[in-house]
Amino acid sequence: MLVVLGALPFLLYIAVFLVLPIGVLAVEAFRATDPVTFEETWSTASVEAITDGAYRRAYVGSLQLSLITAVIGAALGLALAIAVLRARRGRLLRRLVLTASGVLANFGGIPLAFAFIATIGGNAGVVTALLTDTLGLGLGGFSLYSMTGLALVYLYFLIPLMVLTIIPALEALRPQWREAADNLGATGWQYWRYVGGPVLLPPVLGATMLLFASAFAAYATARALVGSSIPLVTLQIADALSSNVVVGSENVGKALALGMVVLIGLVMVFYAWVQRRTQRWLT
Amino acid sequence: MRRSTLRTTIAVVTAGLTLTACGSGGDAGSGSGGGDGSDAATATSVEDFGGMDALVEAAQAEGELNVIALPPDWANYGEMLETFSEKYDIEINSASPDGSSQDELNAVESQKGQDRAPDVLDLGTAFARQAQAQGLTAPYQVQTWGEIPEDQKDPEGHWYNDYGGYISIGCNASVVDECPTTFADLLDPQYAGQVALNGNPTQAAAAFSGVWAASLANGGSLDEIGPGIDFFGRIKDVGNFNPVEITPATIQSGETPISIDWDYLNAGLTETLADQGVEWEVAVPSDGLFGSYYSQAISKFAPHPAAARLWQEFLYSDEGQNIWLNGGARPVRLPAMEEAGTADADALAALPEVQGTAKFPTEEQQTAAQAVVAERWNAEMSG
Repeated sequence: MLVVLGALPFLLYIAVFLVLPIGVLAVEAFRATDPVTFEETWSTASVEAITDGAYRRAYVGSLQLSLITAVIGAALGLALAIAVLRARRGRLLRRLVLTASGVLANFGGIPLAFAFIATIGGNAGVVTALLTDTLGLGLGGFSLYSMTGLALVYLYFLIPLMVLTIIPALEALRPQWREAADNLGATGWQYWRYVGGPVLLPPVLGATMLLFASAFAAYATARALVGSSIPLVTLQIADALSSNVVVGSENVGKALALGMVVLIGLVMVFYAWVQRRTQRWLT
Repeated sequence: MRRSTLRTTIAVVTAGLTLTACGSGGDAGSGSGGGDGSDAATATSVEDFGGMDALVEAAQAEGELNVIALPPDWANYGEMLETFSEKYDIEINSASPDGSSQDELNAVESQKGQDRAPDVLDLGTAFARQAQAQGLTAPYQVQTWGEIPEDQKDPEGHWYNDYGGYISIGCNASVVDECPTTFADLLDPQYAGQVALNGNPTQAAAAFSGVWAASLANGGSLDEIGPGIDFFGRIKDVGNFNPVEITPATIQSGETPISIDWDYLNAGLTETLADQGVEWEVAVPSDGLFGSYYSQAISKFAPHPAAARLWQEFLYSDEGQNIWLNGGARPVRLPAMEEAGTADADALAALPEVQGTAKFPTEEQQTAAQAVVAERWNAEMSG
């Protein structure tokens, strides 16, 4: 009884901020507003609409972008974290990188988009203009307002996020394990294959999923940078929910949001499965 | 045991929700709905108050006015709000200035009964009709009602058009050598990566109207917006489309040198930009003349019903209409005011030149065009 009471605030929090909103989404996604009479009825039209055409492309676009940026971000972030921890007498460097990561991982949204526009934007970017004036080349065909450009901007906050989340896990790798492996005659590869790798795999996968989720959910940066020219779910949801043009499309927006919840849910299930498998070796 | 836990949970959840509801409306003071406000809430004209003085008195007794989605740099709304507030000594609470029409309707519904709920709405016409159909508006006819053309208002006064303008091409002459004046010009390779819209046409009315104007310029009509989407597809194919959505900051930095937007928004920037050394030219394209109005409405659940009605009277007075005119917008009473000689002559002369007469889309045409844009724009322009 006491345990339940103690957990009550948490359960309440979950109920109000997680279960309730998802429940509302799940109900609203199956309702539709008639564009002429504005009457609401039960309908699967919104849910059907999101599996097709522009909305489907938006899911594909969002998944592509998040997958690519999560994998690249995780690889580069991990490499950076290892390099920083390995550096001899790297205490100052480590502190610097950690502090910078803490700041940069939270530097997102419209300020970040404008920072990039001002630097390498197509018409007024400082670096673009400099390169055009000196070399006459510009950025050599690179456009900030493309999928690649967007991925680059996302990596700007995803790599620091990876560093922040993975450093504690790297620090948990005890030096004694390495020494024990060396004493038993293991090679470096064998150490990573049988000791370091399996220990690190769950946290690395977890951090990658975190990166995936934050890229998937990012909105303001993309809105300011590429508008409607790149298909992304979050942009489509905003268009549907707060429109000045199309009347009565909120239910489609809610269906799109429900789709996002389901996708992230699937990712979490996959993560739980992988983690259970890897932990089986460890215990 | 288990049941009692459940009951406790329910009780706590309910208490929590009630607290949240109270907390958000906690701005104690002015009368919220009912009580003293009930007469004002049903008044359909100034006569119901017993004249203008009585209306002013009732509004001042309320002391506050809640507005929503009114950006100060949009059609001179900054001056409008300030002048009203000073003239009648009424405090104005401005919520989410960059909100959309849908946000406004959501606010009316979700904040029903709260002191901070919006009193008055400035909506796209389609949304004004939606608000009326959903029973969110209170009918009211301003004193100058007779001078608002019949096709610009709901006969009962649930909504009436307030100000409008034409789609124009703004151009940063400090960056661009030769400013485009027609839609056909925009395909010129010299404008590579420079042609930007004010938002996404499926979301922002200004961008949506930009597409419709482009359609008119390319063989489309009020019944057919498709050629406009085709046109922007071509703009994108030749590499002239700039996906950055216009803000004063992107214009000032030169990132969006050519902006397709309402003439009052484009023209409203001229002075500010000149101060910053940017030469800004605005042209209403001769090949695609498209105009549109926004609409005013009073919320049926206005916490300050008298102030809401006084705001309408002010907006549709000569003074209010001239403030919009000063912002480069064309107020709905402009023809009558020009005739009576009460329109601000300087502001009138400063409006961008327009060739021809624009026709305005009907409700059916608008709904049909919206459906086409909603279906095609994101599918064809993204990726």
